Amino acid sequence: MASSSCGGGSDRQMAAQHRLSIIAGHLQRPSGSNTAILAAECKAQASKPFVSSERRTVPRRRQEIMKWNGWGYSDSKFVYNKKGQAEFTGRRYKLSGMIIPGLKDWMENTFGATLQHKTTATPALNSSAVPPPTLNEAFMEELKSTGIPFSADAEDRVFRAHGHCLHEIFALREGKIGRVPDMVVWPNCHNDVVKIVELACKHNVCLIPYGGGTSVSSALECPPEESRSIVSLDTSQMNRILWIDEKNLTAHVEAGIIGQDLENLLNESGYCTGHEPDSMEFSSLGGWVATRASGMKKNIYGNIEDLVIHIKMVTPQGVIEKSCQGPRMSTGPDIHHFIMGSEGTLGVITEVTMKIRPVPEYQKYGSVVFPNFEQGVACLREVARQRCAPASIRLMDNEQFKFGHALKPQVSSIFTSFLDGLKKFYITKFKGFDPNRLCVATLLFEGDREKVLQHEKQVYDIAAKFGGLAAGEDNGQRGYMLTFVIAYLRDLGMDYYVIGESFETSVPWDRVLDICRNVKARIVYECKDKGVQFPPLSTCRVTQTYDAGACVYFYFAFNYRGLGDPVHVYEQVEHAAREEILANGGSLSHHHGALRLSALLSGTDAVANVWPGSWRLSGHRTALRTSKHTRGSNGGLHSCAQGDGAKSSAAPEEKNQRVAAYPKSEDGPLQPAPPLGTHRA
Amino acid sequence: MLNFSVFVGQRMASKVVYSPRDPMLKKRDDFEDVLEERRRSSDLRYALRCYTPVLYKGLTPCKASELKTMVLGSDQLHYVVNQVSRESGVSVDEVQAEASVILEEMAQRLQLSTIRFFAFTLSKVFKAMFRSICVNEEGLQRLQQVIQEHPVVLLPSHRSYMDFLLMSYILYTYDLPLPVIAAGMDFMGMKVVGEMLRMSGAFFIRRSFGGDKLYWAVFSEYVKTMLRNGFAPLEFFLEGTRSRTAKSLTPKLGLLNIAMDPFLKGEVFDVSLVPVSISYERVLEETLYARELLGVPKPKESTSGLFKARRVLSEDYGSIHVYFGPPVSVRSLAEGRVNRSQFSLVPRHIPMRPSEDVHGFVNDAAYRLVRAQEDNMVLKPWVLLASLLLQNQAAGKNQGVPLGELIQQAVWLRDLCRQFGAFLHWPDHVPPSEVVSSSLSLHSGLVRVSEDRVFLALEQGPPCSLTAEEELLSQAVVVLSCASYRNQVLHVFLRPALLASAIHTASSSQKQDVYNNFLFLRNMFSNEFILCPGAAVQDFEEACYLLTKSGALHVNQHEVLATERGHRTLAFLTGVLDPFLQGYQLVCRFLCEDATEALTERRFVPAVREFIIKHLLKGRLRYPEVLSSDLQRNALAALLRLGAVQKVQGGEEPGALKVNRVMVNSLEDTLGGRLSTQKALRAHL
Repeated sequence: MASSSCGGGSDRQMAAQHRLSIIAGHLQRPSGSNTAILAAECKAQASKPFVSSERRTVPRRRQEIMKWNGWGYSDSKFVYNKKGQAEFTGRRYKLSGMIIPGLKDWMENTFGATLQHKTTATPALNSSAVPPPTLNEAFMEELKSTGIPFSADAEDRVFRAHGHCLHEIFALREGKIGRVPDMVVWPNCHNDVVKIVELACKHNVCLIPYGGGTSVSSALECPPEESRSIVSLDTSQMNRILWIDEKNLTAHVEAGIIGQDLENLLNESGYCTGHEPDSMEFSSLGGWVATRASGMKKNIYGNIEDLVIHIKMVTPQGVIEKSCQGPRMSTGPDIHHFIMGSEGTLGVITEVTMKIRPVPEYQKYGSVVFPNFEQGVACLREVARQRCAPASIRLMDNEQFKFGHALKPQVSSIFTSFLDGLKKFYITKFKGFDPNRLCVATLLFEGDREKVLQHEKQVYDIAAKFGGLAAGEDNGQRGYMLTFVIAYLRDLGMDYYVIGESFETSVPWDRVLDICRNVKARIVYECKDKGVQFPPLSTCRVTQTYDAGACVYFYFAFNYRGLGDPVHVYEQVEHAAREEILANGGSLSHHHGALRLSALLSGTDAVANVWPGSWRLSGHRTALRTSKHTRGSNGGLHSCAQGDGAKSSAAPEEKNQRVAAYPKSEDGPLQPAPPLGTHRA
Repeated sequence: MLNFSVFVGQRMASKVVYSPRDPMLKKRDDFEDVLEERRRSSDLRYALRCYTPVLYKGLTPCKASELKTMVLGSDQLHYVVNQVSRESGVSVDEVQAEASVILEEMAQRLQLSTIRFFAFTLSKVFKAMFRSICVNEEGLQRLQQVIQEHPVVLLPSHRSYMDFLLMSYILYTYDLPLPVIAAGMDFMGMKVVGEMLRMSGAFFIRRSFGGDKLYWAVFSEYVKTMLRNGFAPLEFFLEGTRSRTAKSLTPKLGLLNIAMDPFLKGEVFDVSLVPVSISYERVLEETLYARELLGVPKPKESTSGLFKARRVLSEDYGSIHVYFGPPVSVRSLAEGRVNRSQFSLVPRHIPMRPSEDVHGFVNDAAYRLVRAQEDNMVLKPWVLLASLLLQNQAAGKNQGVPLGELIQQAVWLRDLCRQFGAFLHWPDHVPPSEVVSSSLSLHSGLVRVSEDRVFLALEQGPPCSLTAEEELLSQAVVVLSCASYRNQVLHVFLRPALLASAIHTASSSQKQDVYNNFLFLRNMFSNEFILCPGAAVQDFEEACYLLTKSGALHVNQHEVLATERGHRTLAFLTGVLDPFLQGYQLVCRFLCEDATEALTERRFVPAVREFIIKHLLKGRLRYPEVLSSDLQRNALAALLRLGAVQKVQGGEEPGALKVNRVMVNSLEDTLGGRLSTQKALRAHL
């Protein structure tokens, strides 16, 4: 029974189950877990999850540890202390409890922001400001009978009404609350999701899947005109590793698990997935799959599409999954390719089999200073040409280098500060680098110690050809830290009239320099044009390399003092910047996703108006049509945003009809999908 | 066929598109005389002074010779070299060597020392020839700013060989970076001068290289490399060649296409186009142009170059006004017009034909820029006098105009001009009589004043020694010279004049009738004047607005009515267009009556000229200026465009012309107002 509920039901899986149960014997059994979830009988539970879920990070009540109107943990944030020095609170991060002396000056010089001009966010959520829920009584009744926990509590609902787009956070800080879900459900396993989707179809209820809540594509926004009951399907409690297969180096994991838990749990068994998107602290596996996420170390481990072996997704038409776990198939089109990047418009991803790797023996950070950005890009291109990219290689432009520099924590010893001064002198005076032009590449090597050192030498040798100077491990490590704290920094900025966000693209090599220059210039130009009083921060980094191109990541922020509608200005500028990206041969998105588009347009066909004539939209139109279709005829899914910060523009082609035609069996468990090659059609 | 309903439909929109300017409110910048300082201080010190121009912020510093290496090593060129080698069977090395020769022949070698030499000698020459060289300082300040921001393309009008020397001279004077200038190969005939120009920034292009892929590749890559690197501002003439008639010429798109390419392909953030209007009170080549247009050999004295040069130096050429227009951003022009992502599907180094929309975009931009040049052209009082004198001449007043009457007419025309928004440089603090007489004295070669009457200087030399034809031609030289000054103001009067003529020939005062006539004339003359393609409605609106404002017309929903006091204005305006109307009709008549089977494009001008001379001698035509080969060629181009004449493909002689007599005939009748445009339009357009 257990195996059939897992969907495969093959002998091989039985064998795997057997093997796993032996391994599991060495491990602690799930100890009653918490709360009343287990009161509901969950079949997945019976298959004895391989790894315990007791130390999971995200509780059902997210508000216990997370901010309601900002990024991350409630206890961690940047503040200016009484001396006017920036400080990072809490104890969770390396930076926690440290003074960051350079930040204040940097903020003042970059944005013209001063400590005197402070905005105040609404301190706490006012429950009375939340519109009362529209509840579908029949749905509720039947849901109750399944025992799946749910809540219509205002806080729970508001927490799941947004991702981390600027306008969403900005509205929350102002205490503005729009349409929020009417109810939150916490399925505990795949079968719970099947039941919920079934009930939603039956009672014409809208479902919005919710994973890590880190979406930056507006995927979690509730359409204000929606009159049906909207139910947020929170997958956070589906967070177990169900089994690990050491022979094939795969792990079967519930889709609600968040990145850091997945990595920590696997590490305990000596494995890792190596998938590390910047949002991995909070984003979920299901979200990665739904948005075609990309991880920092994709050069070794691959992007999500390379990592995924098998996906189980619940759609209003039934469950869809492949019937085998073969590493490659010639029977196309591959159903994974419309699931990945569907951004939740097609169904809820419940379980995923992923590749795993042994934890690397050795890790080493590094950095290289280049006299200018052009040289840096040329170096990265050469590294990509020789296919010797380390686990991660990123090139920050001059502005971002200065930004990273401003985040240097206070140095405790005079010796270190002396060394820093010496380094600076060497680079700018002795080597003649212009401090306003130089840029830095940060590196991360992973693997056998010996190979890492060899690899390191190879990369530094290439860098030297392009005028690059090795600049030490510290600089490298700090570069990566920047990406983790940037979201916290945005909250600090918002306290002082600075708003900003990031967006990214992928672009062929020959256009990298052009797109960086033009998009940055466009941002400056548009800000001026839209009446922004201070010069904006407009910076980029080449953050991933591929054979045929690179991923470029832009940060854009400005001081909005004196503007009537800063968010609108922000959106206009960002829109212009994206237009510039498309005009320069970049993709709409490398990994953030583009549902913002679909969400903006839900119910209209005016896609081309948003991205005027410049994007081949056939794929997204299809996705849209499908979501409309499912909503119309089944009243089921609205959109699924098991969102994290990692999305992409690639979109499914005309494949979904076939899937929609999958037969649903009479009794409870849904029939596994036949492999497409042997499909009768 | 455009009809009235379309026009009505577009009216609302065109209101927005055409924003009428009020010349009184429009602030024209102050001019500064460059020569003033030269007359006061040492030319040598000026030529040797410290020269530190502002630079483009994205400049990749490199020498002129390094540019060549960059071009020869570029992917763009490699691609074409390989292609040519494959197609022709010549080895890659040989083709590459050929490319290198082409580049050697083309490339500039900008040198500061040569510039200093020119700064010195030109100071001397300019001071001898000109009273002043006035430059709008605000325009230069704008230029200085924009040079730092983006690669800049300077687009001066082209009326004289002097133009580009003058441009570089001014830029040197104001400490701005010296431009590299696209020049025609003809200069290279003069060995030393050519090399001098090369060292002052000129690069030379063959006049025609239609099918030569390699030449085109070297040339376009050379220009683009200079733009991308911000090596120096690029300067070229949109009109392609000097206008012999002082009317703006239909813009050539080749270089503009190349200059916009780096922006369209994302290689630079933006490119700034700066239209520059250079107007000469007296053009150096004045009579040379007239003779060229008439096909008359140069006068004997010009064979002695030295003598001529000395004569030129001793004459007074009045003043020059140079107006640097506001920079036009290619980015903002392209906004919403060109989908730039079309360039991202093919590697950018592979040469591609511009797509339909890009071509249309560049064409529209070119017209806009030429219009901007026209609008900013400073007009001297003399151009008004020339217009009046020509009209009087045609009206048969061979006895000349009384000076007092001319002054009175000039003041009236000055006011009309100002109402039409012309950029007229009429010194207000000087009494009109003085303004007129000083203009007349400057152009003493063209006009005579005796016994308080003003004549065109038609009688030259002893009367008996010439045949009637020779006499006619020598008169025509003067008339055409005068016409070239009148032509400078034509762009101000053009649209109202088209409307006035349309009213004149319309069968009723119905707006629809008038508009149809207007449309017909506009279409007919679109090779003759700068009329932006697709802007018929705006032009009509503009003409209605200007004539209503000046009180000559009353325009309501359905009707266009001439007012009592408007007759003078309308008569003047129809008079402006009349030589062209007559000329086109005569060309039509020639094609109907006199054209033989053997007529070719090459023989067209001599044949039609002979035909016109006959008519002039018989006194059937009042306008010697119809002898202008420019007008004749434009008329033929219009007829070819309308399909009334066709080029025969593959005949025994190249360029043989086949005339559709019925159609030409009815076009002639329509031009003469003997056939309603409705019918004509229906029949032909």
